[in-house]
Amino acid sequence: MASATIHDHANDHSHDHAHHGPGPWTRIFTTTNHKDIGSMYLWFSLLMFFVGGAMALLIRAELFTPGLQVVQPEVFNSLTTVHALVMIFGAVMPAFVGFANWLIPLQIGAADMAFPRMNNWSFWLMIPATVLLMASFFVPGGAAASGWTLYPPLSTQGGIGVDMTIIAIHILGASSIMGSINIITTILNMRAPGMTLMRMPMFVWTWLITAYLIIAVMPVLAGCITMLLTDRHFGTAFFNAAGGGDPTMFMHIFWFFGHPEVYILILPAFGIMSQIIPTFSRKPLFGYASMVYATASIAILSFIVWGHHMFTVGMPAAGQLFFMYATMLIAVPTGVKIFNWIATMWRGSITFETPMLFAIGFLCMFTLGGFSGLVLSIVPVDITLHNTYYVVAHFHYVLFPGAIWALMAGVYFWLPKWTGRMYNETLGKWHFWLSAISFNVTFFPQHFLGLAGMPRRIPDYALQFAEWNMISTIGAFALGFSQLLFVYNVFSCIRSGEKAKERQWDSADSLEWTHLPSPVPYHTFEMPPDLRGAKAVH
Amino acid sequence: MFVELLNGRIIKLIRFEIMKSINANGQQHALAALARSVSIGLMFLVSPATALAAYDVNIAAPASPISAQIYGLHMYILYVCAAIFVVVFALMFYSIFKFRRSNGSKPDVNFHESTLIEIIWTLIPFVILLFMAIPATKTVLDMKDTTNPDMTVKVTGYQWGWRYDYAAEEVGFYSSLSTPWSQIGQPGEKATEEKGKDYLLEVDNPMVVPVGKRVRLLVTSNDVIHGWYVPQLGVNQYGIPGFVKDVWFKADKVGTFKGQCSQICGKLHGYMPITVVVKTEADYAKWVAEAKARWGTAPVAAVAAVPAAVAAPEPGKPLTLVDLKTAGEKVYAANCVACHQASGKGMPPTFPALSGSKVVLGPTDGQINILLNGKPGTAMASFARLSDFEVAAVMTYTKNSWDNSTGKFVTPDDVKAKRKS
Repeated sequence: MASATIHDHANDHSHDHAHHGPGPWTRIFTTTNHKDIGSMYLWFSLLMFFVGGAMALLIRAELFTPGLQVVQPEVFNSLTTVHALVMIFGAVMPAFVGFANWLIPLQIGAADMAFPRMNNWSFWLMIPATVLLMASFFVPGGAAASGWTLYPPLSTQGGIGVDMTIIAIHILGASSIMGSINIITTILNMRAPGMTLMRMPMFVWTWLITAYLIIAVMPVLAGCITMLLTDRHFGTAFFNAAGGGDPTMFMHIFWFFGHPEVYILILPAFGIMSQIIPTFSRKPLFGYASMVYATASIAILSFIVWGHHMFTVGMPAAGQLFFMYATMLIAVPTGVKIFNWIATMWRGSITFETPMLFAIGFLCMFTLGGFSGLVLSIVPVDITLHNTYYVVAHFHYVLFPGAIWALMAGVYFWLPKWTGRMYNETLGKWHFWLSAISFNVTFFPQHFLGLAGMPRRIPDYALQFAEWNMISTIGAFALGFSQLLFVYNVFSCIRSGEKAKERQWDSADSLEWTHLPSPVPYHTFEMPPDLRGAKAVH
Repeated sequence: MFVELLNGRIIKLIRFEIMKSINANGQQHALAALARSVSIGLMFLVSPATALAAYDVNIAAPASPISAQIYGLHMYILYVCAAIFVVVFALMFYSIFKFRRSNGSKPDVNFHESTLIEIIWTLIPFVILLFMAIPATKTVLDMKDTTNPDMTVKVTGYQWGWRYDYAAEEVGFYSSLSTPWSQIGQPGEKATEEKGKDYLLEVDNPMVVPVGKRVRLLVTSNDVIHGWYVPQLGVNQYGIPGFVKDVWFKADKVGTFKGQCSQICGKLHGYMPITVVVKTEADYAKWVAEAKARWGTAPVAAVAAVPAAVAAPEPGKPLTLVDLKTAGEKVYAANCVACHQASGKGMPPTFPALSGSKVVLGPTDGQINILLNGKPGTAMASFARLSDFEVAAVMTYTKNSWDNSTGKFVTPDDVKAKRKS
């Protein structure tokens, strides 16, 4: 394919930067260019990643030893709550939307997203939402302190900070829904001739499925927190038994959103993996079709497993058994994905650049997180581990080396394409190994804490939990500070990295590598490439 | 800090490890010992000093038939996962090492599709899951079978403590953290007392049950959702306000079993432990007799009759400000100090200062109202569960402490009048 490269305006940089709009500030407010907006999403999520990370380090600092040393219990509860909200809605989701913005038009041969102005609006909505969320720390009563799940009646007790959180989530939800509409429309309508659905790169596929998940569940969350808001202020009693409501109903509605949400956080990560692993194995992705079907199965199953977050509310045996079986079933398509990735490496010709290191790290750690998920799906075992640190360990294993490492792998992978410059490979490897070691030092001991019965969301603990907590805190600080290497690497790449090649990774075969120069020009594929008759690109 | 924590423990731990290895004759024990030595080995890599302190890597010893099943189920699933782990990671690392370019591996670009393989690795996990689901289902059905209890106890969660009501025995009492705040400390203020052995896991009045009896718990809550969690008895059940959920356990052996609230319930979520003391039937009968005398049981609904933790003075004896203030200090230390602080300065804005407070210095009725009904929309809960005397005493204390010197006191009759209205 490389020889058949078609340069879109290859030698014509008249569309590049310089003359675009009056100035940089006006440009960032008014841009409708998918690359600009993608970059804005990515910078924003990087900032929020460090904000959420700082909260995590405050939490770990308090848990370094037994007793209260750093924050009051109430503030501790706010920190755990807002850490989760910031990481989910401020860091991981916007980062994936950033990738979607950058890559989907490039990978399907479209000129831009389908609704460029809405694209701008969905980005800028996030700013007031985030300001509201962060400002809630400074209002009377402090930020929401009921855990990110906002279970009433605890969440009906809080002050105005809870209302600010609810409004913030509403706005972020609206932003995600608009982003998803944009993504679905772009993928379904703007593919280049010959780019059939079953030829799309896996990243595009996973985002298509994820966008449907977002559209299906974000309104459910919005309804849920709206009922919470009216319970708090307008005398309704959706979740108040004294008025005929039921707090358990909140959990059902919340987790009907919440479980698909965790797949929203991981499916695009699967997509990034499915592009990086074949590239560095120099072989096509193994079982492309079954990867698509497995992703769709996971998405569908994710709607019928929400009850596994609620095994301790006292649901009937039939309910517990149904949710246990459905949850266990998710292991099947997830296993298929893992096996296909391993088979992709099989008989490959593997090299270990930073993106591949993160991808292999993802495979290992995500598999471990899958095992602890399987353990937790077993109702009786879950009863004894519910709301303990075992659960904390489990979801950090799937979300940190899962979602976040996939994002970092993706950044290292596409930086040469985006910026036209290479990152520092040695620093990237240091970043990976420091992260890999410190992540496990932080979170592996939390399995032991959970098994020994340490509840989550407590600022202080009994003495038998002291050793593992101390080790976990040491790991957390190492993990947090290791991420500064990433920031440094990204900045130095942009400022002074070596010039990247058009096809920096020799066997990367999606359109952005085969059809476009590095860095990609400001406008691409104004005329869609004709892919009819070309070899499959995945 | 390390040295401080390790001081005095190392010898105990070495002995602990030696005892564990001596017991390690069964297969289960051998594997557990292996897991422990691996984790201890890893700890040496992190820090040689912490290696000796590494323990508690598994679920605590079960003490009921259900928790024994849970323990067995967990070990079984863990071994199955360990076996899968070995196979998957072996394949993964084999391909990583064998098929690396630096090893001269050439890509076989045609090896990228096989329906047969896809079917095989869909079916095998499915079958493995079946073998996990069958024993799990059996345990679920056992857990949910709350029929034929020998006794029933109603468990009510409060912010932040528990109440146990024994229906047949006509005993009811509150149970809350007994670790003093002087062991806990404050940010910027070191704990003044050394932390005890049962730090944060000790309560004033433990729940007591007889050994070998099926105890049915009716779990509910007075305010927000709490979780009654005692792992060794295999119980973790949310208490949901307005609803009653039932669950059961049968303790196999005499002893003390500890747990904590498992669902975040506000500021002091981390400070509402659970202690269950399992006694022989004779000892239990003795306890019931004592409990009856102490918490003489009136119908649970009659709140005013809930006996006081701080004893009221003999009837007829005139109350003095000093008596009330002295008693009030104890009530304050047990109920108020965590938020409003010993200094009375609170932690504004969430927990307002009582020193110089308009409510405290203002009319008595307003303050009684807040104490009995709480303040909706804030962290201030209702303290209607305190006796009239306790409310009067703690109010008197707040009106005459710190910067407050009203010289006024409140009588139990004032409280009683307000409670009725």
